[in-house]
Amino acid sequence: MAEYLNIALPKGRLGERAYAMLDGIGFGCPSILEQNRKLIFENTENRVRYFWVKPSDVAVYVERGAADVGIVGKDILLEQNAEVYELLDLGIGVCRMAVAGFRGTRISTDRTLRVATKYPNIAREYFRSQSIEIEIIQLHGSIEIAPILHMSDVIVDIVETGTTLRENNLEPLETIVPISARLIANKASYQFNRERMLEMCRRMDALRNERKEGVGRDSTVSI
Amino acid sequence: MIAWDGLLTKEEQTIFRLRALFEQYGYRRFKMSKFEEYDFYAENRSFLTTKNIITFHGMQGHLLALKPDVTLSIVKQTKGNMQCPERVYYHENVYRAQRDAGEYREIMQVGLEYLGEVDDYTICEVVLLAKKSLDSISRRSVLDISHMGFVSGLLEETGLPASVQKRLLECVGGKKAHEIVRICAEHAVDTALTECIAQMSILHGPLCEMLPQARALCRNGKMEQAVSELETLANNLQACVYAEGVHLDFSVVNDMDYYNGIIFQGFLDGIPTGVLSGGRYDNLVHKCGKDADAIGFAVYVDQLERYDQEEKAYDVDALLLCDESTDTIARLRAVQMLQSMGLSVAVQKEDHGRLKYKQLCRLHESGVEVIG
Repeated sequence: MAEYLNIALPKGRLGERAYAMLDGIGFGCPSILEQNRKLIFENTENRVRYFWVKPSDVAVYVERGAADVGIVGKDILLEQNAEVYELLDLGIGVCRMAVAGFRGTRISTDRTLRVATKYPNIAREYFRSQSIEIEIIQLHGSIEIAPILHMSDVIVDIVETGTTLRENNLEPLETIVPISARLIANKASYQFNRERMLEMCRRMDALRNERKEGVGRDSTVSI
Repeated sequence: MIAWDGLLTKEEQTIFRLRALFEQYGYRRFKMSKFEEYDFYAENRSFLTTKNIITFHGMQGHLLALKPDVTLSIVKQTKGNMQCPERVYYHENVYRAQRDAGEYREIMQVGLEYLGEVDDYTICEVVLLAKKSLDSISRRSVLDISHMGFVSGLLEETGLPASVQKRLLECVGGKKAHEIVRICAEHAVDTALTECIAQMSILHGPLCEMLPQARALCRNGKMEQAVSELETLANNLQACVYAEGVHLDFSVVNDMDYYNGIIFQGFLDGIPTGVLSGGRYDNLVHKCGKDADAIGFAVYVDQLERYDQEEKAYDVDALLLCDESTDTIARLRAVQMLQSMGLSVAVQKEDHGRLKYKQLCRLHESGVEVIG
């Protein structure tokens, strides 16, 4: 009998969408849809086990081998620089990491730039590559308030539609990197469960491309 | 007769097994000081996996470091050269900052280095020893083999600046085919070459079976030569009937300035990270002014701490309770008697419940009574 494949999913909308994809390619686990407070779900037939974890913890579970594979945003991967294989771009949860500030903000180099962010490593790396001296102000949420209260000059955060920024009179100034959900795998586990993981990648990739084409067709129709 | 197996931890058993294995192939023990001159590490910083080194002042005010790595010290001291090789092994503690832990750790490393003329025999010997080392710890192990000449040969084809090649190398290391496609598109690399790099990152499988696919990706002499070297290795391993569990995987990458030939990484089923890594590092030896090539590997024994280790059911076989009425000589004799029966014994006045034991005994004037 095959061993269980342990899959870490991020709690929230991204995790639910990722599960829908996994369900669509034969890695489903019906008990996961039950409304209860359980955190671990198993399907004895296809030998998969899911756990819901905090999005920023997914890479930790995978890196330490508690989960064989996981779904995680590229923002978290870049910030944590986890030692994992990044096998596939799922094409969901698409957004970008950007520097944002008040409309028309110039990133000046004549004084230290104060940057408020949830992503200190990404911010530090980006401004270092531009040779701009910065001071990091690490926050855990509502980053947009920092420039409004003059606590920071700019923010580094993920931007999806830009609505929150606009409503706070802010705008994206520079894009750092595009972001989307990734399928990651533990390096050691990959050695011993490679066939199953690659099969998952193949089917997931096919499903993603199908959907992409579907979207293409739909948009042609609507035009 | 002492039952060593019960006494030694998995870590300790592994160290002894590996030492015996290395000695079989003519490797000699290399013992070194815990300290090195700091300057020596500063000169070869990018060879080290850690950027943080513990430093302190020597008696003459010069800067010393607690060694973060063993290979560099061996290279510095080696007398091996192209005419006469040196084979050494070590088991030493190194001091490194652990990522995320935010603190330094003492890590036990066991490994070996060959310094001298590296030929087909040497490569096969070291790879064989690496695989045998893994097999001596677990029945389920994989040794992933890569070749820096192949990887750097393909990346050089792009003609991109070193910084972008470094980013691509990192993507190869993480099997991020989709990121490779994105970076190559950003820098207008042609599609066929992009496809080759992406393919290289995900190629994985038994060494002998995958080499024809690697051959098909070759675009220059450097890559051809690398594949030929890997083919020779694969044939030699097959001839030793030891090719099982040896895989080709170009995502095993390392610094291009130091490593130049075959490199490898070993995994055990049940341990989440690689437990063995090594390869060919002629460039480092030449940089240190030595006339030798070199190949070697290290096993991260500290990773085995939690592996396959059953919690001990009890601390001691017998707990012997002796009250004030018994004299010292009677106690010593009782202990000797129990030990002669093959039991381990702890003497206490009463049972506080902190020690887990198999048998509880009490010493009376008349002798030892088993009471539980």
